[in-house]
Amino acid sequence: MAKWMSVAQVKEKIRESSAEEVTASYLEVIEKSKINGYVAVSEKAVEQAREIDAKGHEGPLAGVPIAIKDNISVVGMQNSCGSKILEGYVPPFNAHVIEKLQEAGAVILGKTNMDEFAMGSSTETSYYGPTANPWDLERVPGGSSGGSAAVVAAGEAPFALGSDTGGSVRCPAAFCGVVGLKPTYGAVSRYGVVAYANSLEQVGPLANNVTDIAVLMDVIGGYDRRDSTSIDRKTAYQEALVDDVKGLKIGVPKEFFGEGIHQDVEKAVWDSIHRYEELGASWEEVSMPNIKYALASYYIIAMSEASSNLARFDGTRYGFRDRGENWHSMVSATRAEGFGTEVKRRILLGTYALSAGYHDKYYLKALKVRTLVKQDFDRALSKVDVLMAPTMPNPAFKKGEKIEDPLTLYLSDVNTCPINLAGVPSISVPCGFTDGLPIGLQIMGKPFDEPTVLRTAYTFEQNTDYHTKRPPEVA
Amino acid sequence: MVYENPDGIRIGLEIHVQLNKLKTKMFCGCSSDYHNSAPNTHTCPVCLGLPGALPVLNRKAVEAAIKVGLALEGEIAEETQFHRKNYFYPDLPKGFQVTQYDYPIVSKGKVVIEGEDGEHVVGITRAHMEEDPGKLVHIGSIEKSKGVLIDYNRSGMPLIETVTEPDMRSPKEARRFLDKFRNILEYLDVFDGNLEGAMRVDANVSVYWGTRVEIKNISSHKGVERALLYEIMRQKNVIRRGGKITQETRHFDEGRGVTLSMRTKEEAEDYRYFREPDLMPMRVSDWVPGIRETLPELPDAKRSRFIEQYGITDMHARSLTSKIMLADFYEGVCAKGADPKTAATWTADVFLGELNYRDLAISSYDGETIGFIHAKDPQVENSFKVSDMVELVKLFSEGKVSDRAAVEVIRSILDGTEEKTPLQIIEEKGLFKAEDDLVTKAVSETIAENAAAVQDYLGGAEKSLNFLVGQVMKKTKGTADAKTARELIIKELKG
Repeated sequence: MAKWMSVAQVKEKIRESSAEEVTASYLEVIEKSKINGYVAVSEKAVEQAREIDAKGHEGPLAGVPIAIKDNISVVGMQNSCGSKILEGYVPPFNAHVIEKLQEAGAVILGKTNMDEFAMGSSTETSYYGPTANPWDLERVPGGSSGGSAAVVAAGEAPFALGSDTGGSVRCPAAFCGVVGLKPTYGAVSRYGVVAYANSLEQVGPLANNVTDIAVLMDVIGGYDRRDSTSIDRKTAYQEALVDDVKGLKIGVPKEFFGEGIHQDVEKAVWDSIHRYEELGASWEEVSMPNIKYALASYYIIAMSEASSNLARFDGTRYGFRDRGENWHSMVSATRAEGFGTEVKRRILLGTYALSAGYHDKYYLKALKVRTLVKQDFDRALSKVDVLMAPTMPNPAFKKGEKIEDPLTLYLSDVNTCPINLAGVPSISVPCGFTDGLPIGLQIMGKPFDEPTVLRTAYTFEQNTDYHTKRPPEVA
Repeated sequence: MVYENPDGIRIGLEIHVQLNKLKTKMFCGCSSDYHNSAPNTHTCPVCLGLPGALPVLNRKAVEAAIKVGLALEGEIAEETQFHRKNYFYPDLPKGFQVTQYDYPIVSKGKVVIEGEDGEHVVGITRAHMEEDPGKLVHIGSIEKSKGVLIDYNRSGMPLIETVTEPDMRSPKEARRFLDKFRNILEYLDVFDGNLEGAMRVDANVSVYWGTRVEIKNISSHKGVERALLYEIMRQKNVIRRGGKITQETRHFDEGRGVTLSMRTKEEAEDYRYFREPDLMPMRVSDWVPGIRETLPELPDAKRSRFIEQYGITDMHARSLTSKIMLADFYEGVCAKGADPKTAATWTADVFLGELNYRDLAISSYDGETIGFIHAKDPQVENSFKVSDMVELVKLFSEGKVSDRAAVEVIRSILDGTEEKTPLQIIEEKGLFKAEDDLVTKAVSETIAENAAAVQDYLGGAEKSLNFLVGQVMKKTKGTADAKTARELIIKELKG
């Protein structure tokens, strides 16, 4: 059976054979995996597929397998967030997006690897070991949804769900040569998704093509009353898939092409913009002067929220518990042993930024910068329909290359995190290669204007063949 | 008379009240009716703080908070805004409490109390909404406990924390404030003060207009008064010995009646407040006019109406309106034709006195029956019927029973195990007031049989008269009216 099928092809295969067979074939591929993309493979996947076969393939994703990032709650499966501290924690409830997927008939293949609590851009901070980039097994797949991107790139799932707090869907999508969307804040319910930084993150789909991203968004998008930040608004994602960018106005913010950008990346992105021009779009440079402060603002806000979100992991109720003389020493020991270095670093920094005496200097200032960054996006997007820039300034780096130097690692989020501060939608699509490593083009749009973002991405895909390239090492 | 406040005492209170009349918790759909349930049975992913669960604000809790704000004559915020208060404690499942910080739902209110020198205004600084943590249950006593169990049934219960200005000038005023405050909340039907853990108080107190000390987590009105009395004495003694009061937090040891230092200002915790990103502000300013219309008649207004409508004294009206259920019971008695003034005396003085004597707290009223529970053991329940009070007041007004007999009837109903009407009790016990000639006969006999006492009385010993009245009562088996007996004896002896 062919790897790398689109959802349409998967559905065709299911019609020809059965959901059970299709699921089993993916499980076979996963068995031979060289990338450590899955933290856990579902024991019930085949049984679920069989049930769907018995019911007669109802629902838009009937029998279609999917991989889920290990910070999204699925009843009966450990939700580890890539951390030791959640070892053995099995949620008693499904995330909203999981309910939606199950209603649509999807079959969950397993839970994918990630940076611990989504803190990282390389999937190296996972308690379950690093995931390899299918294009070069010595390199990282990006992060934090590295497992989800890698299994899609390696043909171990037709598509997957990730989460994006500062680029965690788009970064691995770019590094692994797949498509990844960070929806508008509020477009997808966060209910059941373990929070890293609540005000920034969204669940996002990863797939081999733009169409499958839209298919997935039509299933998982929409209002959920259990998430107070979800917005009651209908969007028809698949209807937006039209091969036409005539008259489209593209803004190119020069701030996204800053110091240290790889020249092949810069060239690939400009080539893409010129390709759009040939297809009938126009482009202009736009200025976003506050983008240079975005990274600092992003990290302060994310770490501050994280320091509070992760306080609940104290060994008292669930997950890993260490020993202690009393409750306080038990909590200290549990957190010392249960959290990895990067998570502890961010909790400490976040705690510091919120402390009396520093709160105004760091946290409050970061919020003000966030407002300025938002205004930059508003201003730029009032003149153009979409913004284009490199998703990542560089291609996938080697494992171990940056992990000892957190600041360098943080800097790799420079082009993705401003989007989360602004809450706007952004997609990464494959747009070229350098030394056999994929390059991602980032297309950003107005809040809730996923249709324009998707149409722009779809048109590019229809007129290029980057998305059809497969990593030779896992072929 | 103006109260001088000679010791420069200033008392401010922070009162945590559980909105336990609401059906569901603050941020989830769990039932708030957990008091008689097994531990951890009223929980869900949200109030257990499971990873990924998100809060949804209970609109009814916001409505209740606005109601309270309006009753306290405060200003209501335009929109809701919540913050996280971060600290570690095993009863706190998320490692933070969702509360309000610099934008509370209510600000600048007031409550008028009966102060040291008549009506006294206590300012309300603010009132805000927050969630209750769970409850720790120690196995055995706290000191010797081998372990602690956590019950999250309470976790996520809606609370209102009300902060007063330091306007109270004595422990008595603090207690009066709490009584009034609780009364208002019960009028609003948002709070049942009889439930365990329903109200917790922190008290700030300073003497000689000096440094304030906070006493944390006192669980009863009486406890607040006692803690304050002790703490004022302690502070005055420190100053008398030439010492200084340091700003600190103290704990009240209910058993020993003393306050003990917990932590000083330097050790104060940093809660790292920041906006709760999982809750969007909810615009509530448009709700206010509608809620204002639904406000019930509040204690002060009811008291004035009682005085005017029923012609009763201020003291009786105050007492009757001190509990909404008692006020409703009284009105129920009057509505069924009992004389309002007599009913006021029998309800406010005798009936209420008998309840207090038995440590019974009023806990329900359904239009026909008023129910009580034992203050120390809520399992002990009791009740009294409107119709019984009506019958009793009528019998008394018509002169068919003496006041002593009427008291006896109330006691019998409260202490009895079988359900009996006042008339049945009077008949069974032979409590009907004796006919006048029977009393006259008893008086003649008493005078004849007690020559010595008669002599003493005529010689000026008033006490002997009481003895003679007692003899008459004995002869009539208590059915005589004592006042009548007394008059008859005097008439007989002194003409």
